[in-house]
Amino acid sequence: MTTPLIEVRNVSKHFGSVIALEGVSMQVYAGEVHCLLGDNGAGKSTLIKTLSGVHKPTRGEILLDGRPVVFESPRDALDRGIATVYQDLALIPLMSITRNFFMGREHVVTKGRGLFRRLDVKKANAIAREEMARIGIDVRDPSQAVGTLSGGERQCVAIARAVYFGARVLILDEPTSALGVKQASVVLRYIAQARARELGVIFITHNVHHAWAVGDRFTVLNRGRTLGTFRKEEITREQLLEMMAGGRELEELSAELAEFARADAARAQREAAVEAEVAAELQQELEETRHFAEEERALHRQRRQSQVPE
Amino acid sequence: MTTATSAAGRDERLRETTWLRRLFSRPELGSVAGFVLVLLFFAVVAGDSGMFSALGIINFLEVSAQLGIIAVAAAMLMIGGEFDLSVGSMIGFAGIVVALPAVEWGWPLWLCILLAFGVALLVGLVNGTIVMRTGLPSFIVTLGGLFILRGLTLGLTRLLTGRTQIPGLRDVMAGDPLAPLFAGKVGQGLMQWLADMGWIAARADGTPLAQGIPMSIVWWLVLTALATWVLLRTRLGNWIFACGGDPNAARNVGVPVARVKTGLFMFTAVAATIFALVQTLSVGSADVLRGQLKEFEAIIASVIGGCLLTGGYGSAIGATFGALIFGTVQMGIFYTGVNTDWFKVFLGVMMLVAVLFNNYVRRKATEAR
Ligand SMILES: Nc1ncnc2c1ncn2[C@@H]1O[C@H](COP(=O)(O)OP(=O)(O)OP(=O)(O)O)[C@@H](O)[C@H]1O
Ligand SMILES: [Mg+2]
Repeated sequence: MTTPLIEVRNVSKHFGSVIALEGVSMQVYAGEVHCLLGDNGAGKSTLIKTLSGVHKPTRGEILLDGRPVVFESPRDALDRGIATVYQDLALIPLMSITRNFFMGREHVVTKGRGLFRRLDVKKANAIAREEMARIGIDVRDPSQAVGTLSGGERQCVAIARAVYFGARVLILDEPTSALGVKQASVVLRYIAQARARELGVIFITHNVHHAWAVGDRFTVLNRGRTLGTFRKEEITREQLLEMMAGGRELEELSAELAEFARADAARAQREAAVEAEVAAELQQELEETRHFAEEERALHRQRRQSQVPE
Repeated sequence: MTTATSAAGRDERLRETTWLRRLFSRPELGSVAGFVLVLLFFAVVAGDSGMFSALGIINFLEVSAQLGIIAVAAAMLMIGGEFDLSVGSMIGFAGIVVALPAVEWGWPLWLCILLAFGVALLVGLVNGTIVMRTGLPSFIVTLGGLFILRGLTLGLTRLLTGRTQIPGLRDVMAGDPLAPLFAGKVGQGLMQWLADMGWIAARADGTPLAQGIPMSIVWWLVLTALATWVLLRTRLGNWIFACGGDPNAARNVGVPVARVKTGLFMFTAVAATIFALVQTLSVGSADVLRGQLKEFEAIIASVIGGCLLTGGYGSAIGATFGALIFGTVQMGIFYTGVNTDWFKVFLGVMMLVAVLFNNYVRRKATEAR
């Protein structure tokens, strides 16, 4: 068996008295899309933040290529080729698209040496524009402030950036939550491409269709603990969905939905009855008016005829 | 994926960006316009008072330059999301660190200058480390620094000399290799030539009234150019904007936030030391009260120059123009012969007007985007 690209072993993370993670283990292999699923507050973001160097685990260890590593900072993780799309995107609204794109990784677009080492603004703009175009966003002006972009466009900046810099592991924390159908499918294709390039991909989503479409294995977290890791062959989409939401809740939900449907049908029936009544009334009124008008006309004619002899 | 519009290099949603529009979205625009206004005002009010003679211009440039040196540093720090209120006290402290050993103990001046820079780096390091380690607002931490440094300056000077002033720097400056960097003048030849041509005023013996350009102006221009280069064209500049914009996001994508901010605190303290050296060495004495209120002037100049108080936005050129407004008003008041008691009132009002104007222009500019 090959060694996992990146692995967490028995990782716990406590924030003061809050236990965000407790004894979580997970392996991600090269060329695999590993979906991390679970309810709100299950600890998904906390787990991937320990992998990207934002948090240090309270207990447990992280292994890269089978060797234990300690990430002192996100920079450490990035230097080892682990790039992350954070749930909050980690973009600076007042800075331009290009500046955000290369933030923290500026050394790849510098020119000159020594004291004259400087950003190659032209090249940086070109790369940012090109990478954004590949994800399906036409950047009007790469020097535009990120704060003026739409929510989905912003998400695309963060994704394009991570894809560009993720050399070994790509972590995406709900990357498709604000995306249109086209952009979401591009992101899914990116994930598949990254897998083909032998990257390890960790993909967090609440959308079971997205997870099912690209995932090879699924780890489900619940209240800071893992419910286990499942290969796609071992599980059906319905089972997965049930686990993501916690089975009971889903049953209750479908019962509730059925109740809604019944109520809707009853209301529709009532409404139809009322409508029919109104229509009948209208019809009657119309006939009455017509009748009245005819009578009037007849009366008029009569009067005119009686006036003629005079 | 790329649509036809971008293949053609154009996007129909993008209006023609003229250089004018780009100019309008620059943060320093307000301060440049404010400076022009102030200049026009004094040209009308004090046009024939000698304010705009060579000597007058150098005078108000020198006043602006001294403030500009610390304003540029304060602006960079503010863009990085922090304040330093200990700048003024650092100026007094650095003056004493140079003068005390040089005059009282007979150390060579160049060594004292290097010592002062070393102490400044240390003060900046301490400021930055406390702010980054504790996560406290730099406003509070450096407010502490303001009192500690001023108190140290007073206490040490009185303890060691029994006075609050250390005169006699002129004697130790003679022949010192570093002193001319701060107290000297450049461009004497140019001034002499201008006087010979009769273009600027000269004394009876033919030497020009304005003998040269003081080093403070040189430092100011160099620092402004350097800061602008760093902010707009280097990796460090990108980091500074990122740290001020959102330190958390910056850290998450690999910006060494603590190092950048601590570095900025050190740069601010060094700028205060340059200010102190320029002032003490040109006056020839150190005074424990030097630099009072300079921290606020530096912050005001930066804000006039377009820095957001919340960080992440601003420019060094803007701060330089903010300092220019300051210097011009200060000397303008002097030349118009108004009782200088009114200087602070007038200054405050001018500042307010400049800020309002700046604010208005910035709003216009962001709308224009
Ligand atoms: N910095 C922090 N300090 C204190 N508690 C935290 C911190 N970060 C996360 N938590 C807590 O840890 C738990 C897990 O949070 P986390 O963000 O990992 O959830 P999640 O699975 O990503 O949820 P979502 O699907 O809503 O994004 C939450 O209860 C949260 O309140
Ligand atoms: Mg989350």
